[in-house]
Amino acid sequence: MPGPTIQALGDAAIVVTFGAEMSEAVNDRVMALAASLAAAPLSPHVRDIVPAIASLVVHVDPRHARVEELMAKLRERTKFYPVDFPRLTEPGKINRVEFREVRVHDIPVRYGGEFGPDLADVAAFAGIDAAEVVRRHIAAAYRVYMLGFLPGFAYLGKVEPSIAAPRRSTPRQQVPAGSIGIAGPQTGIYPQESPGGWQLIGRTACRMFDASSGRSLLQPGDGVRFVLESSL
Amino acid sequence: MSIAVVRPGMLTTVQDLGRQGLQHLGVPAGGPMDWWSHEAANRLVGNAPEAALLEVTLIGPELELLRNATAAVTGANFELSVSGRPVPMNQTFAVEAGDRLSFGRRVTGARGYVAFDGGIDVPAVMGSRATHLKAALGGHQGRALRRHDTLPLGAGGRTSAGASSPVADPPHIPLPSPTALRVIAGPEMPDAAIWQTVYTVSPQSDRMGYRLDGGAVQASGDHVSSAVAMGTVQVTPSGTCVLLMADRATSGGYARAATVITADLPRAGQLAPGDALRFVPVSFDEARAALQQMRARLPGSAA
Repeated sequence: MPGPTIQALGDAAIVVTFGAEMSEAVNDRVMALAASLAAAPLSPHVRDIVPAIASLVVHVDPRHARVEELMAKLRERTKFYPVDFPRLTEPGKINRVEFREVRVHDIPVRYGGEFGPDLADVAAFAGIDAAEVVRRHIAAAYRVYMLGFLPGFAYLGKVEPSIAAPRRSTPRQQVPAGSIGIAGPQTGIYPQESPGGWQLIGRTACRMFDASSGRSLLQPGDGVRFVLESSL
Repeated sequence: MSIAVVRPGMLTTVQDLGRQGLQHLGVPAGGPMDWWSHEAANRLVGNAPEAALLEVTLIGPELELLRNATAAVTGANFELSVSGRPVPMNQTFAVEAGDRLSFGRRVTGARGYVAFDGGIDVPAVMGSRATHLKAALGGHQGRALRRHDTLPLGAGGRTSAGASSPVADPPHIPLPSPTALRVIAGPEMPDAAIWQTVYTVSPQSDRMGYRLDGGAVQASGDHVSSAVAMGTVQVTPSGTCVLLMADRATSGGYARAATVITADLPRAGQLAPGDALRFVPVSFDEARAALQQMRARLPGSAA
């Protein structure tokens, strides 16, 4: 398996890229590197570790860290990909960045009606009825590929290709908190009211993020299953 | 309460160094648009680097002090007065209970930093007092200041005003036009047009980032969402450059053509709509030397 590409993102960050698409195999390598960095810190000058769908960025303090040196260290770390490297099964801490152990979550959803204004559009895209869209959305076991866009917004994948409708051409000004959306192979849950262009198919009452404690329900690497609460 | 807002100014927010260690949960780092001026203001009044102060944008506020304090204003050059008496930029001055600190005409630059001894003592959210406007987090009720707002100051009492007070002349203000922003190129390499274009900060610009007007650029394609940094220059599918700033989201799906070096982020933070800029690619060694030079100019740095 080829090694990742390691490049600078300015003089205070390094990006390690493992691939170019959303796939479990590629994301496994991202999470293995995050686990490795949690177990054995790269440097005391690391400020943030941001795993993403197919890459990982290490943010550092440029006053004390030399980006080229850390790039060389990362090259060493990623030379060999241990096939059975645990996916963050142990909690770890990288300076102030904390990863807890991987969890699997059941998220109850009310599908359709006022909660899923785009469910009919996704059904039309797939050429099936709304109830079948819901069945296919629920059938899959999803992985949290990354968090981004908003605090606690998880990019989940992968959506079954037949219902993987592209995002809407005109985003909404206001998506209600808890809305479940689809954008191609990604599905996600809006943790707060926000503008958004994803196809909304349902809503959950689950609290995704708590600002006072900085706790997110979901973390990169977690598993998610959607559970039918109701369907209109 | 120690400060009362008489006039809020255009956009005045409580800021500190921002939130570290939470970007993997999608929590934006935030913090000051001009780190040099932020750090200089805190040093002048004897605050720790983590202390919160006020970031002022284009039109400054009028503040009434309810306790004696030592204050300093750095960053964009404003005409300042305390109860009608002119006071200088970039060095400490004393204010007494009942005094009003007023921002007058802005001479150059875009953002000023007002520090008081003790720091702005609003509650921290996720470890920081920085205001993130879009997420409505932190600072004073997660928003810009309004008339009649009151703010607490931490315990202070250390007065350093007087003839011996250091002057923190900013190395980066006034900005030349166009302003050259040095960058590390990549990771998604742009075509050479990006280095030859003079861009203008468009009105579609705020603390999250600046949309730039100028020629279209090609950078090696869209890709799956990945992390970004402050100063990252994104290129949209239509070839538009967006310079990400303090309140940027933690990740994005656009190509990352370059990232402004840390030494030049304060320059970027002093740009306003209508200002001209260009990008200059440099090496790691140049970036490091530039940062050392910037930091050596902070008040209290060894000569």
